[in-house]
Amino acid sequence: MRCWVTFLCGIVVLTLPLMSGQASAQTSGLRFPETVEAGAAFSVPTSGSGHATLYIAGPGDALRREIKLGENISFGPDDLHNAGHYVAFLVAGSSTQNAQFEVVASRQPATLSFLAKPSRLPVNLPNALGGVAYVFDLFRNLVLQPQSVSFELSDSTGRTQSRTATTRNGVAWVKMNSAAKAGPAQFQAVAGNVHTKRVIQQVPGDPCSIRMTARGSAQKEKGRVALETEPVRDCNGNPVPDGTIVTFTETYNGGQSTVDVPLKRGVARTEMPARNGAVISVASGVVMGNEIRWSGGL
Amino acid sequence: MIAGRILAFILVVATVVFVVIGTVRPNQSGALVVDSKVHFMGSAASPEGAVNSLMQQIGRRNWEAAYSSLANKGEFTETEFIRDLNGSYGSLRSYANLDGFDTQPLRASSGEAQVRARMRWASVVGTFEDTRDLRVVRNGSRWEVAWPIVKEAKVPPQVIPVNYLRWDVIYRGAEDDWGAQDVEAPHVRIVAMHPVDRGGGVVILGEVLNEDVVPAFVTVKASLLGSNGATLATEDSFDKISHILLPKQVSPFRIDFPKVRLSAVDSVRIQPSTSLVAASADPVIGIEGQKLNPLPEPSLTGSLVNQSGQVVNVAHVIGTFYDNSGQIVWVADEYPSRALLPQTPLPFTISLPADVSSKVGSYRVVASTYSSSRFQ
Repeated sequence: MRCWVTFLCGIVVLTLPLMSGQASAQTSGLRFPETVEAGAAFSVPTSGSGHATLYIAGPGDALRREIKLGENISFGPDDLHNAGHYVAFLVAGSSTQNAQFEVVASRQPATLSFLAKPSRLPVNLPNALGGVAYVFDLFRNLVLQPQSVSFELSDSTGRTQSRTATTRNGVAWVKMNSAAKAGPAQFQAVAGNVHTKRVIQQVPGDPCSIRMTARGSAQKEKGRVALETEPVRDCNGNPVPDGTIVTFTETYNGGQSTVDVPLKRGVARTEMPARNGAVISVASGVVMGNEIRWSGGL
Repeated sequence: MIAGRILAFILVVATVVFVVIGTVRPNQSGALVVDSKVHFMGSAASPEGAVNSLMQQIGRRNWEAAYSSLANKGEFTETEFIRDLNGSYGSLRSYANLDGFDTQPLRASSGEAQVRARMRWASVVGTFEDTRDLRVVRNGSRWEVAWPIVKEAKVPPQVIPVNYLRWDVIYRGAEDDWGAQDVEAPHVRIVAMHPVDRGGGVVILGEVLNEDVVPAFVTVKASLLGSNGATLATEDSFDKISHILLPKQVSPFRIDFPKVRLSAVDSVRIQPSTSLVAASADPVIGIEGQKLNPLPEPSLTGSLVNQSGQVVNVAHVIGTFYDNSGQIVWVADEYPSRALLPQTPLPFTISLPADVSSKVGSYRVVASTYSSSRFQ
């Protein structure tokens, strides 16, 4: 039924201006307000007598209503709630009156769509975290009037960064710095009394100054050297997460041995063949650690 | 008309003649195929015939017949013989078929001979070769093969403590608001890239680093662009990469463009793509005794040592080779055909092109693994 009314309204919109030059005028007797707030109740006076049919077509909305001419046409809060351009036709017998009006979003923010990117980032990066807020009214119309949106980033230690931005065409955005301390951070956008929160994972950066020690393995009969790093931290002192790969490389005359070891409980440990004179190095990603020249000691 | 009939007659006669020749004097040297429909079998009346016969039986997985034909079957059981050839623990061999073989007589006397057998096994990741030097001994009028058994090392019963480390992922739900966050894809970075001209085509060599704190499934795609900006070709690294990268892990990659000439390439666009995957930090694989072997058969050899307690069904070894200035000159890989048992070294060999081997100043080897017992 709704489709049929929409279709009918479309036909009317397309054909009426062709049928009558007078009908293409902005209005004759039909006096709609130029702008109507979405969800607002309002009424429109009519003149004349008898019955007529009112058609209203707009974005996502179509209305057909039988009215009595000479009485006010009343619209309730739920009648027109999609923001956009609307066309109204009042058809009485062979005469038609038309009007155009705008439904605009409510000024009162009701919901915020908040995009925080990236959701995981290394610590201590300037302007690395982006927050974008879209302000909507109760009917999910983008609020195009400028609105003030405040953004707050609170890290795991409770320190807060705040920035305020004004929406342009319904959108406000900011760039924030990541904190020096790793951990989950709360990123919040507030417009009016509406707020939306996102959790940002601030993670340690690259390992810094990896140091390892070597000692003869407990399994001496196998002739192996046990290698173990000190707890691996980034340059801000944050412990590098478990699972991070640490590569041990043992280079000796004519060959080498390597092993990729994940950090477990903050340290990486492994065993490699013990060869006198071998140089053992440690690295993680593109960060090098110390070197040890193995000269026995088993 | 008459000429056509004569030609047809000649073709028919020639076909019949060749069929008769092929039947009476079959080819018993060079590459042979294993086909269950082929009725010709090598005769045990000669050393090569005995080896051919054995290879045919192996190809048909007729283990009982193959085992019973051996001269030294008292030294091992039929099960050990099967495990030697067919692998165990769901290794690459377990799902491979003998695609063909070559035999080459090395020496012979009246009572004993030595024949080299090169078996080509077809597996899901390509063909691998298994070469055995077989001693063939005369037993009456027959020749029998003494099989050089490779017995699988046995792991002594033990408990290996493992602090199991694993990542699981919960993605956003379908009912979430469109602005709701999803888990961030891992951040990876190309840390080296070098296009080389090879065999009339282009090969892109490089390395990719997972600079994130979560595991990443990585693929690398490359597009070659001409001088007018048009895309000449697009390929990806397929299996010449270690796809799952743990945090701060580096993998080499190689992308082949066999049909594009380097002179036509103006620039290269590299597109790494990543997704967050559940992964495990185990098993840890040590790559020991890495050694570069010179010409005439340049290769990198070493052995994999599974430092964890679980069996690795299939391992993949990828080598990155650098020149003296640190530039990547080649990336090559190998899949060892046997399973990687805990604490048991498994040798590997990565072949190198002869012209590349002279340029290699240093190298780096990484290993990735597949274990069917690991739930992911």
